[in-house]
Amino acid sequence: MNLVLYEDEIRALEEVLQRLRQDSNARAVFLIDKNGQQLAGAGATDSIDTTSLASLTAGNVAATDGLAKLIGEREFSVLFHEGQREHIHISIVAKRAILVVIFDERSSLGLVRLRVKRAGQEFEKIFDLMERKARDAEAGGPEQRPTPFSEITDEDIDALFSD
Amino acid sequence: MTFINYAAKEINCKIVYYGPGLGGKTTNLQYIYSKTAPEAKGKMISLATETDRTLFFDFLPLDLGAIRGFTTRFHLYTVPGQVFYDASRKLILKGADGVVFVADSQRERMESNIESIRNLEVNLKEHGLDLKALPYALQFNKRDLPNILSVEELYRVLNFKREPTFEAVAPAGRGVFDTLKSVAKQILVELRKR
Ligand SMILES: Nc1nc2c(ncn2[C@@H]2O[C@H](COP(=O)(O)OP(=O)(O)OP(=O)(O)O)[C@@H](O)[C@H]2O)c(=O)[nH]1
Ligand SMILES: [Mg+2]
Repeated sequence: MNLVLYEDEIRALEEVLQRLRQDSNARAVFLIDKNGQQLAGAGATDSIDTTSLASLTAGNVAATDGLAKLIGEREFSVLFHEGQREHIHISIVAKRAILVVIFDERSSLGLVRLRVKRAGQEFEKIFDLMERKARDAEAGGPEQRPTPFSEITDEDIDALFSD
Repeated sequence: MTFINYAAKEINCKIVYYGPGLGGKTTNLQYIYSKTAPEAKGKMISLATETDRTLFFDFLPLDLGAIRGFTTRFHLYTVPGQVFYDASRKLILKGADGVVFVADSQRERMESNIESIRNLEVNLKEHGLDLKALPYALQFNKRDLPNILSVEELYRVLNFKREPTFEAVAPAGRGVFDTLKSVAKQILVELRKR
């Protein structure tokens, strides 16, 4: 199933991220899908190459999932990388997305853990709502939520590659 | 489950370069990287061994411009071609919107090409993807070497569904962008159907 993010959904996710960043005193927080696409972020996101971050995190999670299955675990729900100054806390939220928290000595692992747990429940509610909407749309037939892509012409596609 | 971000006005597509070890997958991405304007590309990430063999993946994000107000972003990945990296290879295929198969034209690499395409089909199936239905291009690389098979012979054995094919010399760039464009176009056409 495809979950479509419209302005409302993005805003809801960003609100949770912003609160999480504040409450945990983190430098930046990101929500990423399991294929390595960034969904939303909050905090000092400009100082970080977010595209690389998303792709490496997804790779990291995928590899760790593989390791878990090898030893008969369903998943390792949390990854933590401790640096000298900066640390990365990676967790799976609501089974659907990856939550990344980047923090330094102004925060602590304990605090991050606590706040991530709370944010996870809020993300779960948002995703559940999105999923319900998506299912309703599917049941109601294809014309309910028109995709902007249906209007793409051959000329549009060719224009992308002209140079 | 895929997330589609209408709010950010972005189309994100994942293209995976697949094929036998040393076939030239990484070289394809390196050439694309070297010929793309700085504002249209992100950092290229290569997770490689000390001898420059791909260990996990190469990653190159490309920004091709806008369609109907949507920024089209292509995420190019290569898999590690060496046979024993199959577990990693499978992970990279997840969520692929299109695949480029980089075949090695050298006579002695034919068995490896065949084995790699079979492996591609199997690994796609495990993600619920079907090569028959997926945007796909086949590249015959290393056309500059002396001990190569004819294009007809390669096509006869390796073509899977009459996919578009391209002759290439990846380090010199021959065929590299034609291959990429072919699969990118197929992906956008697919997107329109959805
Ligand atoms: N002569 C010639 N050499 C090539 C060509 N394409 C790639 N090579 C060389 O072949 C070697 C392997 O290329 P890579 O791009 O690293 O191969 P790969 O498919 O990424 O290999 P793995 O990472 O092990 O899967 C390099 O030394 C390249 O320079 C080609 O078209 N002609
Ligand atoms: Mg490689």
